[in-house]
Amino acid sequence: MGNEVTDVKKELPALTKEDFKSDQMVKWCPGCGDHAILSSFQKVLPELGVRKENVVVVSGIGCSSRFPYYVKTYGFHGIHGRAAALSSGVKISNPNLHVWMVTGDGDSLAIGGNHFIHVLRRNIDINILLFNNRIYGLTKGQYSPTTPTGRKTKSSPHGTIEHPFNVGELAIGAQGTFFARAVDTNPKMIIKVMHEAAKHKGTSLIEILQNCVIFYNNVHSAITSKETKGENQLHLIHGEPMIFGKNKDKGIMLKGTQLQAVHIGKYGVTEKDILVHDETTYDSGIHLMLAKMAPPTFPVALGVIRSVKNYTYEDKLESIIETEKEISSIKCVDDLLNSGKTWEI
Amino acid sequence: MTTKTQKVVELEDVVVRFAGDSGDGMQLTGSLFSDAAAIAGNDFATFPDYPSEIRAPQGTIAGVSGFQIHFGHKEIYTPGDTADVLFAMNPAPLKKNLMWVKPGGTIIVDTDTFTDKSLTKAEYTSNPLEDGSLKEYNVIKAPISTLTKKSVEDLGLDNKMILKSRNMFALGIMFFLFNRKFKTADEFFEQKFKSDPLLIESNKKILRAGYNFAETIEALNSITYIVEPAELKKGKYRNITGNVATAWGLLAAAERSGRQLFLGSYPITPASEILQELSKHKSLGAKVLQAEDEIAGIVSAIGASFAGSFAVTSTSGPGLSLKCEAIGLAVMTELPIVIVDVQRAGPSTGMPTKSEQSDLLQALFGRNGEAQVIVIAASSSSNCFYYAYEAAKLAMEHMTPVILLTDGCLANGSEVFRIPKVSELPSIKPPIVKANDTDYRPYKRDPEKLSRSWAIPGTLGLRHRIGGLEKENIFGNVSHDPENHQLMCEYRAEKVRRVANYIKPQDVIGPESGDLLVVSWGSTYGVMIEAVKEMQEQGKKVSLAHFHNINPLPKNTAEIFSKYKKIIVPELNLGQFVLYLRMYFQQFKFEQYNKIQGLPFMVKELVDKFNHLLDEK
Repeated sequence: MGNEVTDVKKELPALTKEDFKSDQMVKWCPGCGDHAILSSFQKVLPELGVRKENVVVVSGIGCSSRFPYYVKTYGFHGIHGRAAALSSGVKISNPNLHVWMVTGDGDSLAIGGNHFIHVLRRNIDINILLFNNRIYGLTKGQYSPTTPTGRKTKSSPHGTIEHPFNVGELAIGAQGTFFARAVDTNPKMIIKVMHEAAKHKGTSLIEILQNCVIFYNNVHSAITSKETKGENQLHLIHGEPMIFGKNKDKGIMLKGTQLQAVHIGKYGVTEKDILVHDETTYDSGIHLMLAKMAPPTFPVALGVIRSVKNYTYEDKLESIIETEKEISSIKCVDDLLNSGKTWEI
Repeated sequence: MTTKTQKVVELEDVVVRFAGDSGDGMQLTGSLFSDAAAIAGNDFATFPDYPSEIRAPQGTIAGVSGFQIHFGHKEIYTPGDTADVLFAMNPAPLKKNLMWVKPGGTIIVDTDTFTDKSLTKAEYTSNPLEDGSLKEYNVIKAPISTLTKKSVEDLGLDNKMILKSRNMFALGIMFFLFNRKFKTADEFFEQKFKSDPLLIESNKKILRAGYNFAETIEALNSITYIVEPAELKKGKYRNITGNVATAWGLLAAAERSGRQLFLGSYPITPASEILQELSKHKSLGAKVLQAEDEIAGIVSAIGASFAGSFAVTSTSGPGLSLKCEAIGLAVMTELPIVIVDVQRAGPSTGMPTKSEQSDLLQALFGRNGEAQVIVIAASSSSNCFYYAYEAAKLAMEHMTPVILLTDGCLANGSEVFRIPKVSELPSIKPPIVKANDTDYRPYKRDPEKLSRSWAIPGTLGLRHRIGGLEKENIFGNVSHDPENHQLMCEYRAEKVRRVANYIKPQDVIGPESGDLLVVSWGSTYGVMIEAVKEMQEQGKKVSLAHFHNINPLPKNTAEIFSKYKKIIVPELNLGQFVLYLRMYFQQFKFEQYNKIQGLPFMVKELVDKFNHLLDEK
């Protein structure tokens, strides 16, 4: 009984990016941020030490969710908002599978918001790539739950009057054990955090700030443009001080209960005053503040913001099943049918 | 135990109803009484009737909880229309249940509870025990509260505790009346109160006090009743509710198919017991996800099905509405999944604890696009086991979603169940693809069934992508080609139609031709067969065709219909199956008979209706 899984102990064949390219034509718009993410993902997969037949890519609906068709693995393109539930079923059913879920700000934060918070809360070992372009692309330009207040879109001609979600804040609030952020213009960073996400036991969420050339071009340009990225990106590295700026002369300090961006060397601030990043601390206070940082007051925090240990849903379930199989007197359905009160006629 | 000079009257069958406040332990009393009937070899069916509220205000009509058992020497098909004996623990249960007592039936009451205050709460303007309103019944007035206290006064229990055991005094009276043995109840006390010997002793004492008291009641005239054992097929038996039978049928199917069972489900009345029951059986490898909502329940199951599990979701009407889009996904991806819908009275929240057959059209048609699914319906609490098993077999062998319809009556009702051997159940052979099968194409079909095959992640050489977008024939790539779409729609529909080649032909109970054919489905089976048999005994040419396979219908359906002068379709809805039959069989005239009160049909009303129809020229 159970599911077929290739013996992982057998030697892994050497794989390359080509092993993960499907024969389907990639149909995203030229210049779309998705291309870089796909290419990075295809580079990462052969490096994970996972058998290609054990990889499953699951998605919901939206531009991002066409992703599985372009990756040569087992793939499931689901329905709108439900990728987290679909992935949960796959992973719980067979914990040996290596599950990646691809979704967007509309798919996971609006229609699929419920599944999104619950998969994080359950800490099922799924790696989620959430492409955040702050707009609905596939339905052609309506505002999403991450569109900044006031932004004029097709469905907000007077500017949105809604308060946007911050993905990291939501995820950490939902007890997410791993949250990282990357930008589509920096494939190196995407690859790095994908590796970290793959290593993490539990739900890993990577928010990728991604540009929609058609409906919200330059949405993240304050963070990604050549001129401003030095001042507006903070690359977090576990155990290292939070230093940023073109000249590496700025840092993040804790003042009272709040973070503050400061110049090193000015007003008596030295490198020793700068916060050292600890992605592993269970207390979510600093992680939440880091996730929420945004220009013009702060740089945007990139890299792994939070990576804490907790048991995964499927490991716990498997261990209960193993114990029950050992201790229960009901070993098969015949035992069950004949258990309890019965009588002969 | 019937050593005194009593008169023992033999009965063919008896209906007893226990009724009290929802905290009075009526369900327990009823189930202990059922156990005693089982040991005595009777056939029986039970039905609990309880309010939606967990504990509605004490003493009010809204808070009344009931348990009905129908047991007999003859074969028992239903929990019974009306009761021969009503046990009312307080005024409110009397008020609420009087209409369900047979004329001349026996009513037993606890006189201690008939105080002014509780009479007012029960909305009585005068005391029914004194105002003559019960003169047509055989009323037995017993000071049960007082006697219960007295029977254990030496044990030093507190008053509240003692009064909670009043139900055992009532059970004792019923044990005397029907010549039951203490054994099963005693065993229950010993098990339940293992850690508290005092409670074992007090319950045993109270039970016997009730029994001994009954011997002294004048109104009983020293008459007790005996119901001889039923002529059941030899074998090992147990009592089972529809929800447990459903859960066990699914477990049996998982074992027989070699697939791990996965249930994704969200709690909903009256389906929650399936979720609870399956979550107990981890030793059988069953995995249960209590999902965050109905949608996640089914979608996680679809994910599990993709990953190779035998996947199930369980729900009731409002939940089925929420799952509609996802059922379409399972239709498009052609993955096996069983959707159990334990129907309740709708629309919307409706009457959650009341039963109805009004989800049929939703099950058949409630999806966007051309999205046929297999629909089957169980017809008794115990055959929920077999229809859950059949749903699983059809889903996995034909690679399609199957909706299994049960309802609140079947789910909560219990019946005698002859225990089968799993090895004797039909085999289940899902079309699983072997590693490195170079002929594998995601949407290549079995030439007979038209089912695609099941290529499970983790298997070497079968990597493929599926999803909700239209698929290219054979290869499964996304396709918007017009002719391909038509072809695929036709394939999916034809695949479900061809299931008719794999199911049993429809059977008819009664003569193969005649004046009237009663056509029914679902939980009304018991009452239909009783009504039809009664008419057959009167010499009427009436037969019954009770359907379990709804979509597709058995191939001989039209042939059966053609043999009768009149056809009537009674349903607990406004006419859903009849609408479906009219769609397929326009050559026949279908009469309909509908009841939608959250209550089952009664034999009498059916017989009257059928006779009326026969009399019409």
